[in-house]
Amino acid sequence: MTMPSRMPEPYGQGGGSNLADILERVLDKGIVIAGDIRINLLDIELLTIKLRLIVASVDKAKEMGIDWWEDDPELSTRARRDALARENAELRERLARLEELEPGRARTREESP
Amino acid sequence: MTGLRYVYAICRPFGAPLQAELTGVGGAPAKLLHHHGLVAVVSDVPQRDFAEEPLRAHLEDLDWLAATARGHQQVIDALTAVTTPLPLRLATVFRDDSGVRVMIEAREEDFRRTLDRLEGRVEWGVKVYVEAETPETAGTATAGTAESGPPAKPASGRDYLVQRRRRAKAHEDSWLRAERFAGRLHSLLSAHADAARLHPPQNAALSRAAGQNVLNAAYLVPRKESEEFVEIVDRTKGEEPGMRVELTGPWAAYSFVDLEFAQSEEEGS
Repeated sequence: MTMPSRMPEPYGQGGGSNLADILERVLDKGIVIAGDIRINLLDIELLTIKLRLIVASVDKAKEMGIDWWEDDPELSTRARRDALARENAELRERLARLEELEPGRARTREESP
Repeated sequence: MTGLRYVYAICRPFGAPLQAELTGVGGAPAKLLHHHGLVAVVSDVPQRDFAEEPLRAHLEDLDWLAATARGHQQVIDALTAVTTPLPLRLATVFRDDSGVRVMIEAREEDFRRTLDRLEGRVEWGVKVYVEAETPETAGTATAGTAESGPPAKPASGRDYLVQRRRRAKAHEDSWLRAERFAGRLHSLLSAHADAARLHPPQNAALSRAAGQNVLNAAYLVPRKESEEFVEIVDRTKGEEPGMRVELTGPWAAYSFVDLEFAQSEEEGS
């Protein structure tokens, strides 16, 4: 067999390859053959992998204005904290309203000590 | 014996030598396993990493996954330089060489058919991004308010709505332009390729690429015509303001290998 004919220099590959390009191919494309070690790549939470990639590049993503996960309590402790704070504020508000509706009881409590 | 066999690709026997000291996953040297006139490119991988349990755990570990993917791709790249490999999906692992031989025998016909179809061809990846708005383009859309950097705080609710509408309009326009440009480019490139595949756009956070990915396509191109193909792509760069065209490759024909396998039953008739 002969050497392949002249090819242009590789584009965008080598050491600095975009990890997304490589993962897209090695995980999603290529021939699927069940080996002796049975791992169904579809079983792996690809979503988890993607999320970790996103988290790994959080600063970059933020620079680009991508911050949807910050508002998702499932993904962000800050969002969970924010959700708690919001709930807290809502409860206080409701309490204040209830106290307005029943001034007698609230006053009794305030005056009791 | 604790070693397992990791299989990278199947190809036809090739005369050209692999680059010396080619290593793959885990830094192990790549080896050729000849059987039934085909070659499996394999390397030894340790049981402690590639048995079912540890492998499952590793695949959830991004650093491990990235290193393994690069090791895999390194071997495929080296093969692509000297022959036409059929790349296998990441982490195709057998207990020993005889397991690999049995697999080759079972899929022999599929391998040959696919190798025939792809012989002498490589894959080129082309992506189109809509670049983040530059001050000039933003200026035309938001006439008067000439914004550079973060937009000024709206002074009133009405200001805010006006600003928001302008931004939405500019956004819509650039999307329309992007769609048309991507469509045009895709038909041009498809005409210069043996086959084409459209992949879902890449997540910007995943690829770390600037801008919004609107076209993510793969083209199967004969090696002999690759130079011309690359020139065509190069000419489209900078053709449309605000759009960035990115070319990657030559890749092994990742996006075109599975076709034959999926259709193998139909073709029996």
